[in-house]
Amino acid sequence: MLDTLLPILLFSALALAAIGAVRRVRLWRQGRPSSVPVIKGLMQVPRRYLVDLHHVVERDKLISHTHVATAGGFVLAALLAIVVHGFGLDSAILAWVLLAATTSMFLGSLVVAKRRSPPPSRLSKGPWMRLPKSLMAFSLGMFVVTLPTAGILPEGFFQSGAGWLAALALTGVIIWGLGEMFFGMTWGGPMKHAFAGALHLAFHRRPERFSNRTGGEHRSTGLKALPLEDDTAKLGVEKPADFTWNQLLGFDACVQCGRCEAMCPAFAAGQPLNPKKLIQDMVVGMAGGTDAHYAGSPYPGKPVGEHAGSPHGPIVNRAGGALVDAETLWSCTTCRACVEECPMMIEHVDAIVDMRRFLTLEHGNTPNKGAEVLDNLIATDNPGGFDPDSRLHWAADLNLPLMADKREAEVLLWLGDGVFDMRNQRTLRAFISVLRAAGVDFAVLGNEERDSGDVARRLGDEATFQSLARRNIKTLSQYRFSRIVTCDPHSFHVLKNEYGELGSAETPADYEVYHHSTYINQLVIDGKLAFKAWKGGSVTYHDPCYLGRYNGEYEAPRAVLKALGIEVQEMARSGYRSRCCGGGGGAPITDIPGKQRIPDMRMEDVRETGADLVAVGCPQCTAMLEGVVEPRADIKDIAELVADALVIEAPAEKATQSKPAPAAPRTVEEVMP
Amino acid sequence: MPHDVSNTSASHSNASGLNVTVLVSVGRHPLTARARRADQDARAVEMALTLESTSVNLLHAGQQDSDHEAAIRGYLGMGIDSVGLIEQKPQADVVPALAKALRASASQLVLTGTRAETGEASGVMPYLLAEALGWPIITGLAAVEKIEQGTAVVLQALPRGKRRRLRIRLPAIATVDSSAPPARQSAFGPAKRGVLNLHQEPSEIDEALSSWHIQPARKRPKRLKIVKSSSARDRFKAAAAKADGGGGQTLSDVTPEQGAEAIFKLLKEEGVLR
Repeated sequence: MLDTLLPILLFSALALAAIGAVRRVRLWRQGRPSSVPVIKGLMQVPRRYLVDLHHVVERDKLISHTHVATAGGFVLAALLAIVVHGFGLDSAILAWVLLAATTSMFLGSLVVAKRRSPPPSRLSKGPWMRLPKSLMAFSLGMFVVTLPTAGILPEGFFQSGAGWLAALALTGVIIWGLGEMFFGMTWGGPMKHAFAGALHLAFHRRPERFSNRTGGEHRSTGLKALPLEDDTAKLGVEKPADFTWNQLLGFDACVQCGRCEAMCPAFAAGQPLNPKKLIQDMVVGMAGGTDAHYAGSPYPGKPVGEHAGSPHGPIVNRAGGALVDAETLWSCTTCRACVEECPMMIEHVDAIVDMRRFLTLEHGNTPNKGAEVLDNLIATDNPGGFDPDSRLHWAADLNLPLMADKREAEVLLWLGDGVFDMRNQRTLRAFISVLRAAGVDFAVLGNEERDSGDVARRLGDEATFQSLARRNIKTLSQYRFSRIVTCDPHSFHVLKNEYGELGSAETPADYEVYHHSTYINQLVIDGKLAFKAWKGGSVTYHDPCYLGRYNGEYEAPRAVLKALGIEVQEMARSGYRSRCCGGGGGAPITDIPGKQRIPDMRMEDVRETGADLVAVGCPQCTAMLEGVVEPRADIKDIAELVADALVIEAPAEKATQSKPAPAAPRTVEEVMP
Repeated sequence: MPHDVSNTSASHSNASGLNVTVLVSVGRHPLTARARRADQDARAVEMALTLESTSVNLLHAGQQDSDHEAAIRGYLGMGIDSVGLIEQKPQADVVPALAKALRASASQLVLTGTRAETGEASGVMPYLLAEALGWPIITGLAAVEKIEQGTAVVLQALPRGKRRRLRIRLPAIATVDSSAPPARQSAFGPAKRGVLNLHQEPSEIDEALSSWHIQPARKRPKRLKIVKSSSARDRFKAAAAKADGGGGQTLSDVTPEQGAEAIFKLLKEEGVLR
């Protein structure tokens, strides 16, 4: 009986899976068009899976091995089952390999089951709770049914006496297993992640993210420009169907592991954002329905089941109650911790900014201070609404060389909007003293500089970003310089990764941009700086998101601190897992309330290291962390630490000049009573 | 060419109920002098948009160039489909053109800012317009509470947060100053897509204005306020003290003749009338 039933079961499950696949593909194709190399992408899947995706999964060794055993075992077992049982190839060798594959899968599913008893909060429950059992059903069923073929049980075992009963039970188990593994894969079961995930890797929106054999850095973090020329086109994403189809495919690949949730600073602060839920909401919107079936952690403070959407219905309603509330989207600090952590390489930040673009550019609904900041950027080219001609007032005594006078310099020092902030002016002064001590030929743009456009872009105002960027590019094109150096990682990121797309043939915008920590490190390596011994207490270092995760610079700041003689007491979350200070993505401007503040949590991380001082490299981080109430560690920019430790060998003539002049007779003296 | 503003200016919402026209001008940022939507005019648009079952028409009389267009589009970005644009020469007096357009329209309420940010910015335009149309004018509108049977119940803003409830007969002109609720954000998409309904109108050159010599105002030193005080309480009182208008009297329950008499007397005393 089984000999005839098994092929029928197998092929009908495959046929149903194929129908489901077509339906699923049609769901994705509701999205906007996006051209991808289909064949090339599909060819890349094994490498992208085995190298790039596995690189992320491997951060959790146990689960990585479990997944290799389970998924590897499944793929092999499924292929062999089709050959051995589907086509009835009677090969003892293949049967033994099939036995080995199902054993591996079974062992893997045991670990999966153990991990879920009880499941950590970041994992989704619901259908995901039955997955380990389904894996066991498939592997056990396939194992037992293969025993006769392998010659362990006599041929025809399942046709005799008690065998009939066993066969009946076995059929049930196999139907369950096939139902979950083949049918469920394309009809929205937990195994959907394998089907959608593989295609997501093939047609990823940022193919640059994946490595190739030549090695090198593979990072793609700059936001993609939104075309503004078309007068009729809707700007940004209003409905799920406004995403490109491969973005929708990416959302569908989510395996609900909740690593993003565990890393999200807004979620930890109790703001109404959970990256996992957001991606699941997009899937709900794509397929139509409510979020009532979602079985993971909700957005903090927002019960599950109150939101619903459809592919052509709005994602955000002004009055709320659509698929997602606006404050969910505005809670994001764009720190990219979720993207960094996602084993499926889903692009959460891109999606959030796409939806923000619609809210700002079409609805005109940027919350809290958002509208004011954008108006200021439009009218005064800086977010604070300060007089653009007062950009250099803070440096009146520094006699900074201006590009307008010099026309060319080795280094163009990009000052950023920190020029209007008294705290950041100290950092800039420190860095300028470092540059002077190293004898660097530099110049600044002065009043010609504008905001880089970072905050406008993250707030969704692509129009203002592009206007600022184009004018900055035009200004920069007038001067000759080898590189741009800046103390602001946000300007650094935008100049380095986001201006290029807006350049033209006459005014290319591909600059060599350095963060000041990288540049100082270069100066140290070149032996241009000499330091006193470090006398302070213990120090920890906070990685700015836009320097670390966005641009991969984790080493240079640490190398500079080491050169100063400082041994960094690393925080539990540092490097690529650094926790955001809460200052990115316009989050301090939109200021969505939560249960606690993100910088408070970060300073708690600092306190755990016992450090007296936290070194930073970003004006936003400085402002956010210094806003935490005392007692807390001191906050100093790397430039300040370097400037404090500088040993400046003054030239001989200058040294004589600076001696106190002989007391001249005073013409006016204060009369003391 | 006849001009029918109510035809050319598309309406904001359902056309039933009240017809409100907002006169908008080109603003100027105080620091950078860049053209923008004028703050008070934008507040007037905001107030019109928050009125229920009203159709909102925007009207602008002035030159037409790219800078001005960007500023006028700032109003469209508040969620309005089109703006009527009466093209006038730079030196023109826009009151006759506006009066003609408003007379031809079915507007019952005209809202505008108290004072423009560019040009003469004398704040007299609403008065001249009210005079030309023979409509009542109310200044410092803070809120429109109710509109029924040809009258409106409104709140007028008085100094130091005081409010006065007034009933006015429509049609009327009302000016809005910064005590009105702030304007909503102007969104790029609707601003770009909005329609400018341009129509020509002969410009009446303002002879007086063309003979004037206009130059940027000189910055004058501010007189320092010296607070002679010994205690924190005194300093606080000095800082929080209300500016004394001095003099003045409140008349109530008087006949119009007595009221007019009092005003006439005051104007003579102040030297406004001789």
